Amino acid sequence: MLALTKENFEEEVKKAEGLIMVDFWSEKCEPCKALMPSVHELAEKHADKAKFCSLDTNGNKRLAMSQKVLGLPTILFYQNGEIVAELCNEISIEDVEAKLLELA
Amino acid sequence: MAEVYDIIIVGGGPGGLAAGIYGSRARLKTAILQKGKPGGQAARTEDLENYPGFSRGTTGPALMEAMEEHAKSFGTEIISEEIVGLDLEGKIKLIKSKSGHEYMSKTVILAPGAVPKSLEIKGEIPLRGKGVSYCATCDADFFEELDVVVVGNGDAAVEEAMYLTKFAETVTIIVRRNEGDLRCNKTSAERAFANPKIKWVWNSVLEEIKGNGLVDSVVIKNIKTGELSVLETNGVFFFVGTVPKTEILKGKVELNEQGYIITNDLMQTSVPGVYAAGDARVKYLRQVVTAASDGAIAAVAAERYLAEEEGLHKSS
Repeated sequence: MLALTKENFEEEVKKAEGLIMVDFWSEKCEPCKALMPSVHELAEKHADKAKFCSLDTNGNKRLAMSQKVLGLPTILFYQNGEIVAELCNEISIEDVEAKLLELA
Repeated sequence: MAEVYDIIIVGGGPGGLAAGIYGSRARLKTAILQKGKPGGQAARTEDLENYPGFSRGTTGPALMEAMEEHAKSFGTEIISEEIVGLDLEGKIKLIKSKSGHEYMSKTVILAPGAVPKSLEIKGEIPLRGKGVSYCATCDADFFEELDVVVVGNGDAAVEEAMYLTKFAETVTIIVRRNEGDLRCNKTSAERAFANPKIKWVWNSVLEEIKGNGLVDSVVIKNIKTGELSVLETNGVFFFVGTVPKTEILKGKVELNEQGYIITNDLMQTSVPGVYAAGDARVKYLRQVVTAASDGAIAAVAAERYLAEEEGLHKSS
């Protein structure tokens, strides 16, 4: 998974083509860390379907808020730079996979 | 034949981890099945000031990490699995996981825990992750220099509000009760009253959360006068109690009307060889220390049950 920051977000997400999944997380968010291993598995399993990225909101808070993310964990899907779907609060990996397959 | 465990614990919060420590230390083959990372709700609570032995020196995540290590050190297996089915009636209990695995065990300790309750106020669900939160440690730092509202006045609400003042500019607590009357413990209440960043709205409830994309205001209703007022805010944190994660246990063990598992003093449920521990039980006080206590009792009761079953088996 590609680690996003405020430096590369524009290039890798907003200006990028195709389907992109971004997992917003932070070190203090236990539910995020609980979800993360299965997100990584999902990224490997469906590597051909989308570009998979993660964004540590620590240090990138303004960026997260510019994407209207104000709670963790949140997973956003972008299609050609636009947000096309979002999952937040109690996220199950099954929901993420279903959304991915729907959009891919 | 697949291996049979002595104790399988469902849930890896403090109740489940304490049961794991006692079970594996008694040389019983013990596993904890837990979806994702162990620690339960305690791992989402930053300030933990009342767990005996740790005055101000530990946090929820740190204590849970230590409990996990402790359980593993005695040989408890911690397996990341989500449970989808249970067959508890037989001598050998069967536990089916989402991944398709079927576990077998002579005893089961149910420690599924609880999740924060949602009030389903207008605007609450669409604005989740957009300023509506149930987890201060997850989301507090988004609100640096911003204003937030806290709903609730129990221990969790007041303690988490204190934590939020480390980040937010103001924290407004909305309390249904009369001025000065809080449900939380006296120590936390005194500290909160002395905190200049905390503001109070008494005799009131939250009527609606508003915002286009992100939360921008809330509508507060005074329950004495019926008067509605609008307060601008960037976030709303709910700490209004919990609901037990016992959906899957319906019809398997006896639950009360609210869905909490009914046990006796030995943590036995209505099914022989099946015990319960932690917040999902019917109990007086839901804290890390009482969950750990439940886990210890449940594991020792399970150990005695196993010894008796073994005895019967030999004499027959």
